Amino acid sequence: MSILDTAREAAQGLVQGAMAKLVPLAPDSWIPGGVPDPLIARKHGLIGTSVSRLDGALKVKGAARFAAEFALDDMVYAALAFATIPRGRIATLDVAAAEAASGVVVVMTHRNAPRMKQPAVFGSSPTAAGPADLPIMQDDRIHWNGQPIAVVLAGTQEQADHAVSLIVTTYDVEESVTSFAAAKEKGAAPASFMGQPLLNEIGDADAMLAAAPHKVDQVYRTPRHNHNAIEPHAATIAWVGGDLVVHDASQLVSMEAATIAGVFDLKVEQVRVTSPYVGGGFGGKCLWDHQILGAAAAKLAGRPVRIVLTREGVYRGVGGRTLTEQRVAIGAAAGGHFQALIHAGTTATTPHNNMPEPFILGTRAGYAADSFKLSVDVVRMNMLANTFMRAPGESVGTFALESAIDELAADLGIDPIELRIRNEPEVDPTSGLPFSSRHIVEAWRAGAAKFGWDKRGLPGARREGEWLIGMGCATGTYPYYRMPGAAARITLDRAGTALVEVAAHEMGMGTSTTTTMVAAERLGLPLEAVEVRYGDSIIPGAILAGGSQQTAAIGAAVIAAHNALVAELLKLAGNDSPLAGLSPDEVGSEDGGLAKLDDPARRESYASILHRAQRDHVSVSAEGSPPLELMHWSMHSHSAIFCEARVNAVTREVRVSRFLGSFDCGRILNPKTARSQFRGGMIMGLGLALMEETEFDERNGRIMNPSLAEYHVPVHLDVPEIDVIWTDIADPHTPMGAHGVGEIGITGVAAAVANAVYNATGTRVRDLPITLDKLLV
Amino acid sequence: MTPFSYARANNAAEALQLGRGGAANYLGGGTNLVDLMRETIAKPDRLVDVTGLSDAITDTADDGLLIGAAVRNTALAEHPAVRTRYPMLSRAILAGASAQIRNMATVGGNLLQRTRCTYFYDTDGSRCNKRVPGSGCDAVGGFTRIHAVLGASPACVATHPSDMCVALAALDAVVHVEGAGGARTLSFGDLHRLPGDRPELDTVLEVGELITAIELPPLPFAASSTYRKVRDRASYAFALISVAAAIDVVDGEIRDVRLALGGVAHKPWRATTAEALLRGRPATEAAFRDAAIAELADARPLRDNGFKIELAKRTIVAVLGDLSGATA
Repeated sequence: MSILDTAREAAQGLVQGAMAKLVPLAPDSWIPGGVPDPLIARKHGLIGTSVSRLDGALKVKGAARFAAEFALDDMVYAALAFATIPRGRIATLDVAAAEAASGVVVVMTHRNAPRMKQPAVFGSSPTAAGPADLPIMQDDRIHWNGQPIAVVLAGTQEQADHAVSLIVTTYDVEESVTSFAAAKEKGAAPASFMGQPLLNEIGDADAMLAAAPHKVDQVYRTPRHNHNAIEPHAATIAWVGGDLVVHDASQLVSMEAATIAGVFDLKVEQVRVTSPYVGGGFGGKCLWDHQILGAAAAKLAGRPVRIVLTREGVYRGVGGRTLTEQRVAIGAAAGGHFQALIHAGTTATTPHNNMPEPFILGTRAGYAADSFKLSVDVVRMNMLANTFMRAPGESVGTFALESAIDELAADLGIDPIELRIRNEPEVDPTSGLPFSSRHIVEAWRAGAAKFGWDKRGLPGARREGEWLIGMGCATGTYPYYRMPGAAARITLDRAGTALVEVAAHEMGMGTSTTTTMVAAERLGLPLEAVEVRYGDSIIPGAILAGGSQQTAAIGAAVIAAHNALVAELLKLAGNDSPLAGLSPDEVGSEDGGLAKLDDPARRESYASILHRAQRDHVSVSAEGSPPLELMHWSMHSHSAIFCEARVNAVTREVRVSRFLGSFDCGRILNPKTARSQFRGGMIMGLGLALMEETEFDERNGRIMNPSLAEYHVPVHLDVPEIDVIWTDIADPHTPMGAHGVGEIGITGVAAAVANAVYNATGTRVRDLPITLDKLLV
Repeated sequence: MTPFSYARANNAAEALQLGRGGAANYLGGGTNLVDLMRETIAKPDRLVDVTGLSDAITDTADDGLLIGAAVRNTALAEHPAVRTRYPMLSRAILAGASAQIRNMATVGGNLLQRTRCTYFYDTDGSRCNKRVPGSGCDAVGGFTRIHAVLGASPACVATHPSDMCVALAALDAVVHVEGAGGARTLSFGDLHRLPGDRPELDTVLEVGELITAIELPPLPFAASSTYRKVRDRASYAFALISVAAAIDVVDGEIRDVRLALGGVAHKPWRATTAEALLRGRPATEAAFRDAAIAELADARPLRDNGFKIELAKRTIVAVLGDLSGATA
């Protein structure tokens, strides 16, 4: 990070610091969510019903058009060549054979690429989405092993793939840091995340740990992980006049459009990014080099370009989760009360991005303790920029924390659930804020009863044939986020149908379905009368599909737009309406029209209002309120994860035979799609626990398993029956009383598996993934 | 993928004719070769589709089985004679790949699968003596979880990936081949090579030679044989260790035994040392362990795969114990 970036972060920090002092003191009613969303009280509508995905039929018929399925006239196909050294310069780059190959239109390298500005790196401004502060194919410098060094455009994908294999490159290798040990020797620096330092110190945790009668003090390690969405990254790109259209698979269309505009020196409105369907995001479907390279190549060739990364290309050019080394030390009284909680460690990122895996986030609000020391240090390595991956921080942080709690429980002879409940905080233990909604104890009790936790025995005590069987549990946690900048446009017509537009994303979670349900309920219309459009940067506002915040951001934006719509309709209704003289606060939507809240007989249908006003339709846009609630309350989702694992006594193979997730995530909007989110997260957690690991060769920074054959994720046979239950207690301070549910599912799972493996075998594995060799000792 | 031509042969004679000269490859189900072509590891200028060869499974005069080279893996695994007389072969096939791949893959092609060494696959970024003879081996000192502990050389530490071949090694299968010099047979143990200083050669087949059939000799005690595969996930993973075994125990004494290991060497590893130690000894866990220790005596670990030595021993003991019903 440059000095300028540091200064900007400091300035943001000052403003946020001042706000953080004032907002907690404000009355609830001044804060968004201070007055509960009226939809929370509505019990018999669409919300809470299981609605199948509205786009499901399109998808199973193959009629949903994904990014690589836009066919444009005169389109050419791209293939990428990648560097094979971690740092240095290109010495020679021979593209003659590639240029001469059949069907080749152009070979783009740093020598002939259009001049472009560096993309604004994520976090440097609200609209910045760049992966790193590096120029893209503008010079001969290599910054990571796998960096794109050439783009071939050809008439068919096969021609492009063949031609790219004919490029011959030599390098002048420069000194690099590709081993974690070497990076640590060079020194670690304190890390910050989204402009905030990753550091909390309350009391003298070291002294209290030293004096504690019981303690656990261990180091836990998690490896690098790669993104493996089923749809590899792809974009179909065209220049239309001087404007740019990118049909992408993206989870941030508006930010992407703004950043690409900066790269090509265009006005934001000259770049349109669409992303109607995304085949899995998980934090990886953001802006990477390939979209910019595709646009540059399209400019060079004067033809539209389709660029589809190979699976290897995803590993070479799309970052994943970086590695962590985490110390967790807990000092406890005999009864289990935490006297000291230390969670500190190191993660690696690159010199050109700033995404330290923030593994202490979940610990900040997890448990009460007399003293805290939470910190993340970062070291720099020459590698592909790492990025967000489902529950960055919590997914791997809960592995360390919740394993350590299990170790402490064993040492104290206290049931691990009981130990957790004994340390349940009254208020957020590090911020001091009140919780908006926290029902983790209910989730624990319900989960334990349903799972049969009371059947758990001593480590190594239960065996069936060759299989040792154990049970483990862990707490999962993920914050409730709502980011600023979201907007919604509602267009209501005389036929009584509504179009709701949000610059949001459908990555398979069911967002478009849930948004339709909520909008219909809010507008008092049947589901069929509402159409939701999304995934297009020309829609007002910016909604990042990240941080599990889409549902909240859309919810608040639709609330704002609905308020504006009601005001507009009352104006149009005029003095001849039964609603005459009422203010927007006195009126709500129901049954296809507006009605006075405390006298529903005073009502008029939308159609009637528009008819009398001689309007075909009315259209309003509004931005969601600033998310001040995040500074006023401590807002989190929670889970209690239960696992039954079987470990083969001969081979030490681990197979998970049962999972139960008991979730406390506010009101569940659509049980059918929410259950899939929870289950999918838990399956990803199973992979995190038992198999996922990027093989990063520390000799040269090369990723050696860039393939789904060698990079293991769970296959069907690995996935057991997964029981999912939830408290369904609305958070009174969020739109609809809901929380996002995209990321909470993965958290806690790795620890629950590790703790079950310990219960089965008596062996504690502190180094993910838990492969059989670590249990053979 | 490098451009190539394609022709289909209806029989072995046609295949040999079409495959003569140049850089031709015979194509079975394509489940490995097409991957290797896409990765530009294999660059044939011509593919000769040999799925038109015999796909018959027939009894031989001496109660063995003759299996045409074009028999699909699924068909072989499901064949009643294989399931009842050579269950280790059925189980080995079903332990490999996925149903879709097994539906495509042929017997002949399965024998010629190439290693899954990730340095072999990294055409741009890594040195590999198997891919580019004499270039060096980057696997040594790198990620070697799936690599060899037996029979490796300084030039190559790769393993053979097939499950089916481990069972065929244990069953003493005979490989029927035809080439420019006429037809010949090879014992299965002689088909695949150890790497030595020529790791680019996986087998002893001559250029242009074609596998036409596999013959299983009769082996009555194989009726209770088995195959056990140990891997990092429950399905769709190559073996860390696998064991194919059959044992003939009479009055508590081992009259005969067949034992082969997968995941340990450049070729399916017939455990001849262990077999020789076991014959004539009582079928006890102690005997199995002694034999396993002897078989692995020359094992040499690499950076990441030392666990395989203990894992192989444990798995051998467990499999022989299960088959013989022996207890400690």
